[in-house]
Amino acid sequence: MIQFLVRRLVLVLPVLLGILLVTFTITRLVPGDPCYVMLGEHATQASCTAFKARFGLDKSIPEQFVRYVFNIMHGDFGNSLKDRRPITLIISERLPMTIELAFLAMLFASIFGILLGVISALKRNTAADTLTMIGANVGVSMPVFWLGLLLAYFFALVLKGTPFALPPSGRLSATMSLVPLTKVWGITDATGLKAFLLAMLSNSAIMNGLLTGNLELVGDALKHLILPALAVGTISLAVIARTTRSALLDILGQDYIRTARAKGLPYSSLVRKHALRNALIPIVTIIGIQTGALLSGAVLTETIFSLPGVGSRMVEAILGRDYPVVQGFSVVIALIFVFTNLIVDASYAYLDPRVRVK
Amino acid sequence: MTKEKVPVLSAEGIPQRDNPYAIMVRRLFHHRSAQLGMFLLGILILCAVFAEQIAPFDPIKQLNNVKRRDTPCIHLLGCPAEKEQHLMGIDGNSRDQFSRIIYGARLSLQIGVLTVGFAIIIGGLLGAIAGSGFIGGWVDDVIMRSLDVLMAFPSLLLAIAIVAVLGPGLINALLAIAIVEIPIFARVVRASVVSVKEMDYVMASKALGASELNVLFNRILPNSLSPLIVQGSLGIAAVILSAAALSFLGLGAEFPTPEWGLMLGEERNSIFNAPHLVFFPGIAIMITVLSFNLIGDGLRDVLDPRLVHGG
Repeated sequence: MIQFLVRRLVLVLPVLLGILLVTFTITRLVPGDPCYVMLGEHATQASCTAFKARFGLDKSIPEQFVRYVFNIMHGDFGNSLKDRRPITLIISERLPMTIELAFLAMLFASIFGILLGVISALKRNTAADTLTMIGANVGVSMPVFWLGLLLAYFFALVLKGTPFALPPSGRLSATMSLVPLTKVWGITDATGLKAFLLAMLSNSAIMNGLLTGNLELVGDALKHLILPALAVGTISLAVIARTTRSALLDILGQDYIRTARAKGLPYSSLVRKHALRNALIPIVTIIGIQTGALLSGAVLTETIFSLPGVGSRMVEAILGRDYPVVQGFSVVIALIFVFTNLIVDASYAYLDPRVRVK
Repeated sequence: MTKEKVPVLSAEGIPQRDNPYAIMVRRLFHHRSAQLGMFLLGILILCAVFAEQIAPFDPIKQLNNVKRRDTPCIHLLGCPAEKEQHLMGIDGNSRDQFSRIIYGARLSLQIGVLTVGFAIIIGGLLGAIAGSGFIGGWVDDVIMRSLDVLMAFPSLLLAIAIVAVLGPGLINALLAIAIVEIPIFARVVRASVVSVKEMDYVMASKALGASELNVLFNRILPNSLSPLIVQGSLGIAAVILSAAALSFLGLGAEFPTPEWGLMLGEERNSIFNAPHLVFFPGIAIMITVLSFNLIGDGLRDVLDPRLVHGG
């Protein structure tokens, strides 16, 4: 198992290098001299030379790339052009929110997707099956941002005044605020990775609330995340339900299932222990693939629900031509995507012993 | 002993086999979800082709004697006859929304077909070159590993990053989406080329002295088309969704283009006071995407007899 993981981890390295190459190239392709972009139209020749020397832009392209990779490995993503703040700081402010949203959406999509898929497969060709599959087709075809707006309309306006009303925008109620964990725990000497991780935890409303015992904060954060998570998760839910159905139908037609039934195994434990477990590999694969869709969906949904996450900041950065931010965020998102797929691969090895041996 | 009549082989006696594509189309017309998909797509194509005749107003011109963001007025449903009929209401710029939706069908279908066409040509060529291996195995590795890196980014975010470099605008957004789709088509084509090139008829062609390129274009590629057709149909659905998303974010189509995603984006803050302005463009996107998804599913069932789906 460990050997398998190590081998898989080694295979990730060229992909990581490729990701850095793509993001590096993206910023080199930006039209215009970076000096004038950074210092403004009226920069003098002398200040430009100084600027280029300072940021290593007078070096050859391969040298610049090595330097770029070196900096990123040391956690230095550069500074935003807009407010000159370090990008790692911006990431620690924005990323927790997006991870919370994507995680909740994934949870929602997996639980209900697998459930509906199993029901659909077991009740094949009944009204429940047909309805679920029609729903899945419609769900896959819905634009995330449209669904988000409709949910906001329904839960914030139509259900206004009922106990089911949910806030249509924002991350926390006005009365709530996040206290940095460094302050709560009296940590003053945190630097580097430790400071980054502390900031990430502090800025995750759910983690912050759980760690400080402030359950009201957790509840408020969850309440604000339900609608966005429903919007983001629906497409994935539909995809997962479809995959679960066809994987389970495939397995239920196998000989060993017939054997198990013939020897008198109760149907429910047959489905749980024999069929579903073997159907899990395609399901886990599709859940892993859906991470990308969830992150993309999070970008769109954040702008609708005015959530301060990675997506809304990235769109802002693109429209404001703040390339270092775009670059830094792209690297981080691609890293999350790659490592999710790594976890998916590891789960294959757990679910299917044959993968380990291969 | 009378001489028995020797049967003469004639083309008439042999049951004529239909063109495989004709069989495919016939089966597709009997596939339930494909029927629905083709019905929806048919309506959309009619809207796109006859937009000038169907749309009662100019999609871009601002109307004078109307209320901004007015609710739909349909005479059949009891809207007073003296009021001008606007099936889907008026948008925030005093334009007739129904006309904009109709013209939007034309734009969306063009976006889907052109972008996927571009991605298929580039991706298909890359996949064919990689899979056929007639340049060399290392080319295969270089192409496929580079495409793997592109696939390491979530699709919409990669498109956003590319738009960041190219600058916002519909053409740039479509180019970005096409680049994102290329690896998918390259993989599909490569996979089928790799399996087809081991077939006996390919060997036979080579043995007869056909050139590598001739074998690739006349023997291998035509026989690798099935998965590409399926992926193409699903790809159009994905492209239309992505294009709408980019326009929604303000990175794609620009004012006053009647693009559904842009229409949604322009009016997203009116969701609470004029929900019809958000509802209709979204429905239009959904129906279009749904039609291509249904046809894609149908094509997959028809073209791949190994997969037997529940229907």
